[in-house]
Amino acid sequence: MIGQDGLWTRGFRYLTCLILVVWLIMPLIPLAIWSFARGWFFPDILPKRWTTDAWAYAVSDTAGVLDALWLTIGISLAATVLSILVGVPAGRALGMYKFRGKGVVELMILAPTIVPGIAVVLGIHSVFISLGLTNTVHGVILVHLIPTLPYMTLVMAGIFSNYDPAFEAQARSLGASPLKTFWYVTLPAIMPGIIVGGLFAFLVSWSQYILTLLIGGGRVVTLPLLLFNFATSGRNDITGAIGMIYILPGIIILLLTAKHLSGRSGAVGGFGRI
Amino acid sequence: MTHVSIQSLTKVYPGADTPALDNLSLEIATGELTALLGPSGCGKTTTMKMIAGLLEPTSGDVRFNDRSILREKPENRGVVMVFQNYLLFPYMSVADNVGFGLKMRKTDPAEIKRRVGEMLDLVKLPDLGDRKPSALSGGQQQRIALARALIVQPEVLLLDEPLSNLDAHLRFEMRDLIRSLQQEMGITTIFVTHDQEEAVVLADRVALILDGQMKQYDAANVFYNRPVDEATARFFGGHNFIAGTSDGGTFSSPLGRLSLPSGATKGAGKLTFRPENVRIGPDPEGDNTLTAHLVDIIYLGTQTRLKLRVGDTPVEAVVNPNDVEGLNLGDQMQIHLPKATLWVIS
Repeated sequence: MIGQDGLWTRGFRYLTCLILVVWLIMPLIPLAIWSFARGWFFPDILPKRWTTDAWAYAVSDTAGVLDALWLTIGISLAATVLSILVGVPAGRALGMYKFRGKGVVELMILAPTIVPGIAVVLGIHSVFISLGLTNTVHGVILVHLIPTLPYMTLVMAGIFSNYDPAFEAQARSLGASPLKTFWYVTLPAIMPGIIVGGLFAFLVSWSQYILTLLIGGGRVVTLPLLLFNFATSGRNDITGAIGMIYILPGIIILLLTAKHLSGRSGAVGGFGRI
Repeated sequence: MTHVSIQSLTKVYPGADTPALDNLSLEIATGELTALLGPSGCGKTTTMKMIAGLLEPTSGDVRFNDRSILREKPENRGVVMVFQNYLLFPYMSVADNVGFGLKMRKTDPAEIKRRVGEMLDLVKLPDLGDRKPSALSGGQQQRIALARALIVQPEVLLLDEPLSNLDAHLRFEMRDLIRSLQQEMGITTIFVTHDQEEAVVLADRVALILDGQMKQYDAANVFYNRPVDEATARFFGGHNFIAGTSDGGTFSSPLGRLSLPSGATKGAGKLTFRPENVRIGPDPEGDNTLTAHLVDIIYLGTQTRLKLRVGDTPVEAVVNPNDVEGLNLGDQMQIHLPKATLWVIS
């Protein structure tokens, strides 16, 4: 009986694993092939001729891909750091304290994950014009916080709802200043949340298109904007090469933080509310 | 060497009608081990947090050797609190936990290492320094928490229910450890507990707090023999309260006239005596003999509890099992209440 059960579970596990791989990896394969193809037409299974021209163009100065890459990394890192700075205290308040209007605050924080960005960004655009923030990198970073903050805050709220502040009292009592208490006691306890929340914030910022396009006014060219330009102009080979570059940071970050993403980690508990 | 003086300490939580702690005044002598005893919610943990600086009092003062500490930050007060659930930092090794307070004081790492070693020896867990707290048993965690507090040589040590999470056989071991370390280092120590046995076993003096009010502050045995009121006596397991009048020498009540020890309170009041002090047989001094009916016998192993009736008045007695052999329910028997053990509360 036990052996049969084990066989079924194992079979099911392999099957889901296979579906996931097909689902996630398969769409990338044509992209990778295109980036090395010189023409690839029906009914050929594979391109007849191969070349690295698209890659050479993608990394050349004229394409501006590398500039866009560094800019996107900078914007996403800045948005992530700001999300952490705002999301940690906000998550602490939501996770640990009861206060009037908490439900409303939670809804407002969740709203950007429900309301489409384009509905909001037009209003923000006019505000940013009067503040002189349009067409600037600062403005783009700021507008990216709209979709990144909900993730950061909810992850931290999940962490803090399982956190015992008595540890901080204990550290104070043993002679630690508030700053040292945060560094030695609070920070290690909430680190998994900061890592997971920061990962989400980075990836959400990394994949912004509409917000960057409208607030950046075409002057702040991030990698998704560039990718879209090539994709709509029909250059599948260059799109493939940039696409490969585009997914790289996500994969690296995922590999680095994989151990914090398991269902047992408290850091992902907050997603129950999304 | 710190004398602790708590003066009219009061805490009213926002929105509460009655104070959580009402006008508590206590003088705790240098090196003394004092218990704050009371049921949960009586204000004892509130008191401790105010001394530790984790909670701001509404009014009153706390002085260490005539120096008010209320304006000082928790980390500068010279007080260390050991919480009931130990709160060992889970991300640090046991040795790092014990050395935490010294590290915060910027002690030289070699010195920290040496003193952590000494401290682990003192709490008799010399080999556990490299482990994580989660790998320790409850009793071991308790000892590490104690070591972590004592290593900074605090002026005042606060313990929150220090024995209540421990098994019966560990309790006495821990009690002896706390007492010996506290005496050796001469640290003035205050602990809170809801368990009168824990208070009596560990403390030099006990302050009983009921509903935010301090009822009595005395050596432990006084609570058994000379409680200030019925609530205090009941908290310490008192059962016999008989209303009547005292003229200073005798007490008139439904039990008849009983001789009192000299110095007894005069006027209307309640006579109380411990069940353990009820004796079987006539009073050798002749005065306080009563005739009782046996209503129930409850065996408690080493002792036997008797429910008796004198006339219509119920009386409880705890006696040696040998004394009641051969007695049956409904039997009539003579008992006496030794004069010296009687106490009148007004």
